[in-house]
Amino acid sequence: MEIRSKEFKERAVFAIHDASLQQALGKARGGFVGKRAQQAAELPEFEQLREEAKNTKNHILDNLDHYLERYEAAVTAAGGHVHWARDAEEARKIILDICKRVDAKTVTKGKSMVSEEIGLNEALIEHGMEVVETDLGEYIIQLAHEPPSHIIAPAVHKTKDQVSDLFEAAHGGPRKTEVADLVNEARRVLRDKYFRADVGITGGNFLVAETGSSIIVTNEGNGDLTQTLAKVHIVTSGIERVVPTLDDATLFLRLLARSATGQETETYTTISTGPRRAEDLDGPEEYHVVLVDNGRSKMLGGRFKDMLRCIRCGACMNHCPVYGAVGGHAYGWVYPGPMGSVLTPLIKGLDNAYDLPNACTLNGRCASVCPVKIPLPDLLRELRHMQHQQDITPVMQRRALKVWRYVATRPKLYHALEQVGARFLSAIAKNGSIRRLPLASGWTDVRDLPAPAGRTFLELWQGKRGQK
Amino acid sequence: MTAAANAREAILNSVRSALRRGPLDDKRRAELDARRPQHTRPAQDEELVARFIRKFESRAGTTARVASRADVPAAVEAYRVDKGLPAHAAVGAALKDLAWPAGLAVHHDPAGISETMAVSQALAGIAEPGSLMMASGPASPITHNFVPDDHVVVLDAGAIVGHFEEAWEVLRARAEGMPRATNIISGPSRTADVEQTIQLGAHGPRRVHVIIVG
Repeated sequence: MEIRSKEFKERAVFAIHDASLQQALGKARGGFVGKRAQQAAELPEFEQLREEAKNTKNHILDNLDHYLERYEAAVTAAGGHVHWARDAEEARKIILDICKRVDAKTVTKGKSMVSEEIGLNEALIEHGMEVVETDLGEYIIQLAHEPPSHIIAPAVHKTKDQVSDLFEAAHGGPRKTEVADLVNEARRVLRDKYFRADVGITGGNFLVAETGSSIIVTNEGNGDLTQTLAKVHIVTSGIERVVPTLDDATLFLRLLARSATGQETETYTTISTGPRRAEDLDGPEEYHVVLVDNGRSKMLGGRFKDMLRCIRCGACMNHCPVYGAVGGHAYGWVYPGPMGSVLTPLIKGLDNAYDLPNACTLNGRCASVCPVKIPLPDLLRELRHMQHQQDITPVMQRRALKVWRYVATRPKLYHALEQVGARFLSAIAKNGSIRRLPLASGWTDVRDLPAPAGRTFLELWQGKRGQK
Repeated sequence: MTAAANAREAILNSVRSALRRGPLDDKRRAELDARRPQHTRPAQDEELVARFIRKFESRAGTTARVASRADVPAAVEAYRVDKGLPAHAAVGAALKDLAWPAGLAVHHDPAGISETMAVSQALAGIAEPGSLMMASGPASPITHNFVPDDHVVVLDAGAIVGHFEEAWEVLRARAEGMPRATNIISGPSRTADVEQTIQLGAHGPRRVHVIIVG
């Protein structure tokens, strides 16, 4: 998928004025947050599990090469194949080669963010294959020719009316307006695709080194129909998703559904191990796992190692005021919200995503709900620092910062300017607020600026001390 | 070296160089393989069958309880009649030996696109979230779990364990090793992808009914 993160500001402005989007975001906002909070409150061990999850992920990352090798050996022993892809292009080629070898005409897909990351759909379609997304949200956005706007709720930006329009255009009338009818229609259309599919592609929430299994967690069952009814099952996954044992996977499973959708558990947790056995009556004849690096191993060595703990629950974006205001598409690439603002510059280049680390108020809600305790605000601040050091920050901003530093390190000058500023603002205020302020129109165009009291805090404080 | 081997070595080397070390020695590898994690398990103070039923039903699943395996066909038939389903079913070969009613057409093949009901034997129940654990194999095809609208699952009361970790022990104890698919099922298929409205029967079964034996 082409990166458009450079257009963040324009896309954010567009998003804020998109009435349908604002309606959809408004409906989503409270739900995820409230349900997660309830699940966390109902599990007394929740905070303990977060701490253990953080420590366990750190242990895995410190020994990642070993666990990947152990995983590979176990997959092979179970009759599956492991493929290694350094980057998106290698990953696409591996999957294309498998699809071409089995002469695939129809490829069904369960939800996989890695497949979005590597731009898989476009590549398969270019080679004449029919690609069908089967997760309802993914299916909706595929009909709309849009990328996902959320990592677990890809069509969260669509209203029911928009879905009705898309379905009517794709499936013919009569137009359905009830959620139940829309879901039934997708069910009927996709059933046929599952049974016709040559290759089924899913993601992998966890890769278990102990057993050589991939685990996916879903509510709809589409991932299961996808991987069971196709002749070939291909799993796409990042190298950081390996866990040592089933017991370790359990630790993350206990946190994932609660953090993601605010459910105690998703409906289906599926552990896939190798292809169908000789005596089995169904299941795929081939099982492949594509392990994608795409910048992850580089992250392991530096300040962004913490980011590799991410289990892709989406809690950070559900709790982000910026995401809540502009939705996922403004971010311009595959991963939106706080986790995307860290990952996008690291995978696609700092200069390709300048605005993302800066589109953050550093309020810290994301870090406070992250099930693996990733210090997202710290990482975003670190990216800003790197942008500054690499001269990516705009010239005007750099100059302003230099002036600020000059003033801020000279207390007398600082306080004198503060006094001038406080008096000036107080003088131009009417009824305690300022309607328009030059150089601050970004604020005053949409709301009034409360006027200061005319004297600075220090002046008031010293006045009080003088009275004593 | 082939391109594939190149990529593998390049990624592993990149991981090691990021970690500022070479490959781990045999001693360290053996230690890692011997690691047996003891993560916190959420406390439970409820009888296992009662908890399983409470949790499973909290997500729109239904349950019934019978005294013995011999009572299963009648319980399945009662469910079928109650839902007004056609008189045929895909039944896992694990339940082949039961005395199925003469009026019910039963087969043990995978479920095809027009299958309306399947009956399966669960390997275990997990009381913690109230979920079924199904192991695929010739006696329990995977399609039975996902294709028909109605899925009836037979679960022995004695096969209900407390936590996930105990269910993994059941898997590890299997002589035939891990099945191709271990399906942990917590209720009917659902989606909330249209305006966060929960709708049952997205792609998998619209109803999941558990018959607890014992």
